[in-house]
Amino acid sequence: MSARHPLPRWMDIVLLPAINLIMAFTISGLVVLMIGESPLEAISIILYGAFGYGDGFGYTLYYATNFVFTGLAFAIAAHAGLFNIGGNGQAYVAGLGVIIVALALDQTHWLLAMPIAIVAAGIFGGAWALIPGYLQAKRGSHVVITTIMFNFIAAALMVYMLNRVLKPASSQAPQSETIDVAGRVPQLREFIPFFGYSPVNLTIVLAIAALVAAYFLIWRTKLGYQLRTLGQNSVASRYAGMSNSKLIMIAMTISGACAGMVAVNEVMGVQNRLVLDFVADAGFVGIAVALIGRNHPIGIGLAAVLFGALYQGGQELQFSMPTVTVEMIEVIQALIILFTGAMEGLFRPALERSYALLSFEQNAEATRRATVEPES
Amino acid sequence: MDLELILSMANATLRLATPLLLAALAGLYSERSGIFDIGLEGKMLAAAFAAAATAAVTGSAWLGLFAGVAVSIMTTMVQGFASITLKGNQMIAGVAVTMLAAGLTTFLGQTWFGQGGRTPQLSGDARFERIILPYANELSGVPIVGPIYAWVLSGHYILVYIAFLAVPATAFVLYRTRFGLRLRAVGENPKAVDTAGISVTFQRYQAIFITGILAGLSGAYFSIAQGAGFGNEMTAGKGYVALAALIFSKWRPVPVMFTCLLFGFLDALQIRMQSTELPLIGEVPVQAIQALPYVLTVVLLAGFIGRAVGPKAGGVPYVKER
Repeated sequence: MSARHPLPRWMDIVLLPAINLIMAFTISGLVVLMIGESPLEAISIILYGAFGYGDGFGYTLYYATNFVFTGLAFAIAAHAGLFNIGGNGQAYVAGLGVIIVALALDQTHWLLAMPIAIVAAGIFGGAWALIPGYLQAKRGSHVVITTIMFNFIAAALMVYMLNRVLKPASSQAPQSETIDVAGRVPQLREFIPFFGYSPVNLTIVLAIAALVAAYFLIWRTKLGYQLRTLGQNSVASRYAGMSNSKLIMIAMTISGACAGMVAVNEVMGVQNRLVLDFVADAGFVGIAVALIGRNHPIGIGLAAVLFGALYQGGQELQFSMPTVTVEMIEVIQALIILFTGAMEGLFRPALERSYALLSFEQNAEATRRATVEPES
Repeated sequence: MDLELILSMANATLRLATPLLLAALAGLYSERSGIFDIGLEGKMLAAAFAAAATAAVTGSAWLGLFAGVAVSIMTTMVQGFASITLKGNQMIAGVAVTMLAAGLTTFLGQTWFGQGGRTPQLSGDARFERIILPYANELSGVPIVGPIYAWVLSGHYILVYIAFLAVPATAFVLYRTRFGLRLRAVGENPKAVDTAGISVTFQRYQAIFITGILAGLSGAYFSIAQGAGFGNEMTAGKGYVALAALIFSKWRPVPVMFTCLLFGFLDALQIRMQSTELPLIGEVPVQAIQALPYVLTVVLLAGFIGRAVGPKAGGVPYVKER
């Protein structure tokens, strides 16, 4: 068997994701074609809806804010070799922390309420991820299965909390009391009228900060180095004297805290109260975002905007093309996960082989020169 | 509690355990062969939709069932291609397949039938009928045995009986046939199987083929037996409950049946207990019972009650040595 050459960096982080994206879009395009609509027209509607005007762009950024958090949550755990698909549950439970802080402090000022709410969201989301992390580290139960189970437990818990604890006596709907204006996160439209009525708010700054912080954490700190070592080779990390179980728990807690930030955006910035199912599967979008973004903050940022655009553009598409419902976006997202996450083996070997073929002649030339030169 | 309540609870338990049992057995074949399957939910959803759509168009429940099973097998093969041939991440493949099914079913449902993702209401031959077992009415007068036979065991859809017959069948296949031995072997030690000259890949594809059939039956049960038509997200996380049941019973067929009966009973209890007061405890929140299967599974996985250790080669793609 010919030795497999690793791909050069640009192929690995740009070309391969691009090919996978194109595959996913092509298949989705075929589905649109199959029902008798024009895929090109659909794309142009999506692009206009997502970027063409202030409101649309604002919505794109609002969705992207959530996806950055869940994408980072998945990526940080993935760097440590953990597959955290509990982002949904972690973000959902973090809503409890946010609403407690927000309702307690909404008479003061958002500059006080928001940082404390962020901490609370981190604690609640982190704790909800720490339990599966602990169970994996100390009891050996698989984190994938436990995080799935914790998503459902979170859903049941939150329905109970909203119906029995947080619902004001006067209300029928299962939702908490409304947060007072003073305690809400300011909307971007208050500073930039361009964004119209879109709900993009200052949490987006937190998202950008989180991207930068994640970069430093993963590649510039001792902890990040330890997490990556664990992810690459858990035997090596143990041999080097690191505590694997401690690292697993830390990675899961950071991951869950990251997912929890979705609650800050939704509860304090958009809904202004805790409502049922406010996460709306952002946790699962995060998986696609992290996979297509190659678990790197820059990639995650770009992928989050891509998915934000798809979600916002998909809403517009539903208005202009009633036959193409917004679920089409879910299909695209699933195909992207399938191609980039599970079917990586489809294109990578072919790419590696063709790259090896291309570079073979150069290599041969180099070896010939290297072997000939000493004789002369 | 009076007798009638006990009998109706037992009847509901069988009814609600059936889709779980079919799905859990489906997962058993896959996971015992070394392919972790968190895409059960997706296959069930796809099958439920295909079954209802076909039954609505052709007016035949049997054609619907056939279509449901066929679509489920196709979905399984996509997942299998990613996890077996391409040696991709099995977890991600499962997540992707589930998401794909959730999106496509609603999308195609809306496009084809224009009822917000639902299929038309099924009636008559397009839906399975309840089967009254022979002499059910005549025997109902016999003390104890009679009512159990007439009101608990009789009067279910054919898929209920298939599900419970699949349990001994699975146990026999798994423990008493050459196929079953090989299937368990590729899940524990694929290298040994490979060394013996048996194709690990083919063996695993055979296993997930059965997974596809059973998951298809489970999905079809939702839309053309228990329900009359497909609705959005109609499997409602039951695929994950089935996965929990599979783990809870440590990947063994007969315990799978009892676990599914337990989870089915919890489901029946949850429906029955909506806003009823219990002596001593007071009102038990419905959500607590809903969460119980998941909590039990987590507790079991954590090794606090017994220990659940899956097939050794589970989740690891097999790479032949060169």
